Parts: sequence; structure tokens; C-alpha cells
Amino acid sequence: MGWVPAPQQGWVAPHIASEFPGLGVAWVEVDSKPGRSPDPVRRRLRDLSDRTYGSQAIRLRERPIPWAYRVFFRQIGLDPDRTRTPVEQLTLDRLHDGGFRSNGLPRDALDIAIVETGVALRAFDAERVEGRLCIRDSAPGESLSGAPGDLARGTLVIADERRPLGLLFGPTAAGAAVERASRRVAVAAVQVKGVPQIAVEEALWLAGSTLEAA
Amino acid sequence: MTTLSGMPSLLRQNDLSGPGVAVDEREARLQLRGQIARLEAELAGLFAEAFGHTEVPHRVEAPSAGPRVLDLGQLEAVRDDLATRAAEARQALVERWRVEDGNRELVERMLAAPQDYKWVRVSRQDLGLHGCGHWHSRPRLGPIGMLMGWWRVKISSGCPLSGRLAAVDREDQARQAGRLA
Repeated sequence: MGWVPAPQQGWVAPHIASEFPGLGVAWVEVDSKPGRSPDPVRRRLRDLSDRTYGSQAIRLRERPIPWAYRVFFRQIGLDPDRTRTPVEQLTLDRLHDGGFRSNGLPRDALDIAIVETGVALRAFDAERVEGRLCIRDSAPGESLSGAPGDLARGTLVIADERRPLGLLFGPTAAGAAVERASRRVAVAAVQVKGVPQIAVEEALWLAGSTLEAA
Repeated sequence: MTTLSGMPSLLRQNDLSGPGVAVDEREARLQLRGQIARLEAELAGLFAEAFGHTEVPHRVEAPSAGPRVLDLGQLEAVRDDLATRAAEARQALVERWRVEDGNRELVERMLAAPQDYKWVRVSRQDLGLHGCGHWHSRPRLGPIGMLMGWWRVKISSGCPLSGRLAAVDREDQARQAGRLA
């Protein structure tokens, strides 16, 4: 496992934080080149596949961290049975495909950390992130680059200090996603009420160290 | 008349935020979110408990197209839908348990008097049990038992082995190939 810097804490717009106590965003930046996952990472995915069963998928929504994300999805107007929480989506894919498929880096590193901890993670091209990450609602006339039209007013987004990088639990803006030319990756964790800080730190460490070591 | 001088201003007000009346909607929204959390936990428990026995309604449509801070009305709608689904799920589960209890009693009666339940077959799924197998009331020694009234409940020995299933597949393929030839 490689060395991973301490997570940086992002901020949440005060009026959003007062509505959703416990909501937060934290991230780590690591040097990593996208591409095929090395053998140890692929082996780890296979081991995870062997440890994940259908019965666990059924009971998943009763476990504290996946349940916390389901609740948060309900509270922000998403249907968690349609827009799946990250860990539920991965578990369903595992059952459907018969195993966790390797999708290369950084996706595999994130998948391992999400399945192990249940924490929602996503990756951005760190060189295109300006300043600290935050969770806020969209301003009038603001849009997600690469998506048609303006964002509906009040849409919750993950943003840097300049623009929205993606919808909260939704698509990533064009130009903010990790691409073949990316050389540094920002792994961000969205924390909601009920998800302990230690789980967030473990998820970031796990994803970051897998990327560093690859 | 002087006592009614304040009335026109009161009548003009459309909301409750009148003199001395402050409505804290944020507090109401926080309470509704707490209720949603509890109902989601209850529904998750019912969903997991019912899995393998029966299908319970658990879907609640999203009130918005994207992630946002829901207003009071939308949160109430989510809360009410979740409460309705939880009640429906509980009802479905209770009905299913009733059916399974009935089937369990039927098996006991079949075992006690197989001749009264000729050809009746109850599977393990009907009793809410996992795995393959069934209780089947059938005559001993085939037609002779039928004529003599020798009935018994036969309990099947479980799921077919994978080797046996593969052999069935091979037989099917051979039959298909023969038909095509």
C-alpha cells in the first residue's frame, strides 16, 4: 500500500448544513494514471466477489451505513430503488455479473473501498479542481458542463470554488471526470448523517492507497 | 369600534406569520426527515424479512428529478408514501404468514390421514422454507395401493444434484439435435 495524505475537509453551504446536519465532503489527492488495473487489484476484486452473497444484498439496506445513504436519498428527493446508492449499485452489479468486474483505475480502487466500507466515493481530475470541494445548491443560470440546459434552481451539487463538478450522487461534469490524460486523481467521499468519520477516513485511505500502489 | 381597528390588517394576511406567530418550517422539515429515516428502517426490515416468502410493496417514487432540498409538502408526501408502503408491506407479510401457517397445518393433517388428502402436494416454499422438496400424498405400490386405499405422504429428498441437472440438459440437447437431424 502506498502513502496517502490526510483527507482534506470540504465545506457545506450553511443553509444546506442547517437542513442536513452531518452532511460533509472530504477528499484526498493522489498521483495516479488511469488504465488497466494491476493484478493485485484484480485479485482483490475477485476476493471481494467471493465474499459477497445474495443474502448480504438483501440485508444490505438494514446495515447502518447503506441505510444512512438510502435515508439521505429519500430526504433529497431521490428514489434509492431507482437511483441506487453506490454500494447497492455495486452489490447488484456483482449479483448480475457473477463477480465484480474490473473497470480499470481509478474505478476499481473506488469500487473496492465502497464495497468494503459502504461509503459513497467519486473521483475527479485533481488538476481541474480549483480550491476546496463543497456541497451547495446551484445558483440561477448555472449549468453542469457537458449537460444540456441550466441546472434546476436549488439542485444539490459537488463543486469547487469555480463551478459545479457534478450532481450530488449524479453525473460528473465534462472536464472534471478522470480521463486518460489525467495524472492526479481527487477521491471525494460524501458523508451523510449516520456515517461515522472513521468510515469516511478508511474509505479514502483504502481508495487512495490502492491508487498510489498501482 | 376602536377594538376592531386591527381587523383589516389581520384579514389581509394570507399566512400564519402574523403578529407574534412565527412558523419555523425548518424545524418541521427536520422532524419530517427523522420520520422518513424511521420509516425507511422499518420498510428495509420488512423487505428483508419478506424476501423469499412473498413480494412486499416497497417502492416510493421520487418527488423530484434531481437532488434538492425538499419543501415541507414534498417531505410530507415522501413520509406519507413510506408510511403507506410500510403498512402494505406489513399487511402482505401477515397474510403470507397466515397462508404458511395454514399449509403447515395441512401437512400435519396429511401426515395424520394421507387417505383424506389424495394427491395433495405441498412444497417447502408453501411453508416458507428454503430449498427444494415437497410433501406428496400418494398411494403405496401405485395402482394396487389406489385400489386398496393404501395412501402415504412421501417426502421428496431435496434439490436435484448439479450432475443430474447437467444430464437433463445433455438429454435435452441430444433430443433437439435428433429432431433437427
